Amino acid sequence: MKQKTEAKPPRWATRFLHWYCRPRLLEDLEGDLNEYFDRNVARKGVKKARLIYVLDVIKFLRPYTIRKIDFFHLFIHWIMIGSYFKTSRRSLVRNKLFSLINIIGLAVSMSVGLLVISIVNDLYSYDDFQEKKDRTYRVNTKTVEKGNSSELKLASTSIQVGEKIKEIIPAIEDVTILRPGFWGDAKVGDAKVGDAKFPMAATWADNSFLKVFSFPLIKGDAATALKEPYSLVLTEKTAEKLFGASDPIGKTVQFDTTSYIVTGVAQDVAKLSHLTFGALISLASLDAGHKNADLHSWANIWQNYVYVTFPEKTDISKHQAVLDRLSKQENKNLTARTVFVSLQPLKDIVLGGPLSNNIGPAFTPAVMWTLCGLAIVIILSACFNYTNLSVARSLRRSREVGIRKIIGAHRSHVLGQFMAESVIIALLALVFSFALFWVLREQFLGLDNHVGDIFSLDISFRNILYFILLAIATGLAAGFMPALFFSKMNALQVMKDVSNLKLFRRVGMRKVLIVIQFTLSLIFIAGTLIGYNQYKGLITFDLGFKTENIINIKLKGNKGAVVAKEIAQIPAVQDFSQSMMITSLGSTHGTNLTYGTDSTLVWMNMVDEYYLPLHQHKLLAGHNFRLKPEKGKESEIIVNQQVLKRFNIAKQNPEKALGEIVSVAGQKMTIVGVLKDFHYGSLENKIEPVMFRYLAEPATYLNVKIASKDLPGTMASIKSAWKTVDKVHELEAKFYDEQIEETYAQFSLIVKIIGFIAFLAICIASLGLFGMVVFTTETKLKEISIRKVLGASETGLIYLLCRGFLVLMVISTFIALPLTYLFFDKVVLTKFPYHQPISLTEMLGGSLLVMLFAFLLIGSQTVKAARNNPAKVLKSE
Amino acid sequence: MKGANLGEFEELVLLTIASLASDAYSVAICDELEKYTGRTAKLGVVHSVLNRLEEKGLAKSRLGEATSARGGKRKRFYEVSHTGKVALMKAKEVRENIWRNIPGFNLEGSI
Repeated sequence: MKQKTEAKPPRWATRFLHWYCRPRLLEDLEGDLNEYFDRNVARKGVKKARLIYVLDVIKFLRPYTIRKIDFFHLFIHWIMIGSYFKTSRRSLVRNKLFSLINIIGLAVSMSVGLLVISIVNDLYSYDDFQEKKDRTYRVNTKTVEKGNSSELKLASTSIQVGEKIKEIIPAIEDVTILRPGFWGDAKVGDAKVGDAKFPMAATWADNSFLKVFSFPLIKGDAATALKEPYSLVLTEKTAEKLFGASDPIGKTVQFDTTSYIVTGVAQDVAKLSHLTFGALISLASLDAGHKNADLHSWANIWQNYVYVTFPEKTDISKHQAVLDRLSKQENKNLTARTVFVSLQPLKDIVLGGPLSNNIGPAFTPAVMWTLCGLAIVIILSACFNYTNLSVARSLRRSREVGIRKIIGAHRSHVLGQFMAESVIIALLALVFSFALFWVLREQFLGLDNHVGDIFSLDISFRNILYFILLAIATGLAAGFMPALFFSKMNALQVMKDVSNLKLFRRVGMRKVLIVIQFTLSLIFIAGTLIGYNQYKGLITFDLGFKTENIINIKLKGNKGAVVAKEIAQIPAVQDFSQSMMITSLGSTHGTNLTYGTDSTLVWMNMVDEYYLPLHQHKLLAGHNFRLKPEKGKESEIIVNQQVLKRFNIAKQNPEKALGEIVSVAGQKMTIVGVLKDFHYGSLENKIEPVMFRYLAEPATYLNVKIASKDLPGTMASIKSAWKTVDKVHELEAKFYDEQIEETYAQFSLIVKIIGFIAFLAICIASLGLFGMVVFTTETKLKEISIRKVLGASETGLIYLLCRGFLVLMVISTFIALPLTYLFFDKVVLTKFPYHQPISLTEMLGGSLLVMLFAFLLIGSQTVKAARNNPAKVLKSE
Repeated sequence: MKGANLGEFEELVLLTIASLASDAYSVAICDELEKYTGRTAKLGVVHSVLNRLEEKGLAKSRLGEATSARGGKRKRFYEVSHTGKVALMKAKEVRENIWRNIPGFNLEGSI
């Protein structure tokens, strides 16, 4: 019996019944269900009874029980919308300061939202112009080297896969193989242009390339354009560059000694295409002279890309097994590695995360969602302002609401009115935010060289639609709490005595919102400062050698000595050296080094005898390269300490390691010098074994040390010197320090973005705080005056008014700072072995600045209020 | 609309209301029906029939007093309206007329 009295039907089911059931039928129906429930509890137990109750509630969902939609009430909204407009406009104009705070806050925050929307839209509309976008797939590769546990994921694959895939998967409609990386100086055999050469890049592609991808040809036949060896398809832009206005079809273009015939002109590649090219060369040209077996081998997976199309509505999941079988079978012939291929949809390529050897931009979805999250945080912060100010100022609107209710407005009408008002304000803010977005867009595209290449951020119909949706959603989010508050208001109470209204009832909620706003602002600003400090640390890091005043010039096939001779004429130039690559920029080049029986991959640079002194590398023992051997006769090698440590050569004693013999690429070499450890790769990695070999082949880079104060002037003279040596190619020269900055450009980008977000968050939070302070001092004016008359001091009053807000600031500081510290210390910085320690100044600096700013805001208002003449205020009552 | 014509189940429910006199509310009607017919009467079905009878004007309803049972919810008591009584009488008459015209042996023979 005890059970019976305690048992209750599930509350949610009852609520559901209340929601849908007609009021006339509700009571009786609910009673019946209760009676049955009690009966079932006695007969079948509580659990079963509850289940039956729920089922019955659902069963009663019949046409005659469902509440009619109150069209009349909905209709009233439409009739009243004019009135809502009018009252919204009046209240906007009446409270200019608060309207301004709201509109500015919403506009600023929404402009970030607009930017993020266009970014996301751009990412999703990549390759939209491809007619077969939904059914095109790329063959990706996974490879594991023997003796290495980590697998490498590649966007590239072998040509062999492209040749075999159609045989093993007959469902495939078309396959195309392409291979970027053709470089050459084009010589047009046209009398008009003369003998000029144009350096240009091209992509090898087979004949079905133009069938799989929608790159329409303006001239030429797409079905055969890339069929014959030595066929060349140019884009409009390239054709214009090579041939000017004349028709290029059928003309020859010469690279070195090989002539190619132009068979087609394609439209320029659209910006939002992951594949780009300036010219296409038929893939058959690769095999035209003699068939290169290595090119077609299963393990040659580094530079070829294979795309396939399936007929519409094909389930590709079942084909993976076939590909796995092929991979297994072919892997039997490989000794050094295993290779597995898989299919990736074309529409997932841009958002598929970074793969090695990728072409086009690649983003992880996490980056995109982080951007969206940041925008939402900023927009919510502005919504909090709206909510706070509206609820706080409810006193002013309460009479209006009271009269509306007495005349006959339902709760839903009042709710609708205030929601409509906030949406109207948000739409108004959208106009301003669109203007701001236009400014932001330019700034964003100019942030970094790559950003402008990846995004177009054009305004499309779809974008505009999303913008308006964002504004409406923002309006609804901002207006929901105030609307709920007003709709719950008791009309009679409001009309009888306004002071009865519990004006400060929701103070708790308001305080929480302010604390959230400031916590976020502080997190952002502390994050920015820490990030900036880390970035500065990265680019000024002591790499173990000197990079100041060194210009690296890419030789582009010219002889280093020739270029050096020309440049040496410039007085500011002090010294030269030549090298195969530039270290510390993140790129690496490695070969196997063998000591005794032990062998491992060691990073390498080939340099001439001037390189080490020019960069001030420190030799712990031994000497620089002395012999100047020809190619293939090198016998000297210089290694760093890590090599000694890795192979345990001479118990890591640099002096004793000299004279030890190691073997590199089958050549015996003597260690003649041991270098102090330096950073060969980027600072995201630990220092690893590195060796220097003598550069016996033509150098790729010329390193020029200059002593000039006039750096741009020197650069200009170098440029003119270059012109005398090479007329075809542009000079590609950069300061070493600038190159290092470029290596870490992504971090500076992140810092800039977070910094901007921090700035916005602080602005919005401060606006809101300002509004609250103005409101509080306004409402407390009488209290202040009476206190003053009774003898309170000005400072005491200011303290009284400020105290509440300052406490909130302190609370947010105590939440924000430890959070930021933990986030950076435990999550972000663990990925950087050589990071700077987080200092107290950068943690506290930002918060102090924000606190100072907030204090000024609060102070200015409270001082004004405290200095009021109490007689004037009290007289008017 | 089918007008004032009674369906079979409607007739049964209406008769039950009449038989229960002043205690005719949905759950009691269900129980009575089960007793009379021997088949289970689902509350949902009975409820919708009651609603329909009221719509047709064959039954009238009023809410009773609140009690501590049924979670404090009032019962809706039904009674047969004048039209309802007429409809019941008419239905009975129709049947009896037909019965009267059936020669007794014929029917018994068929069973």
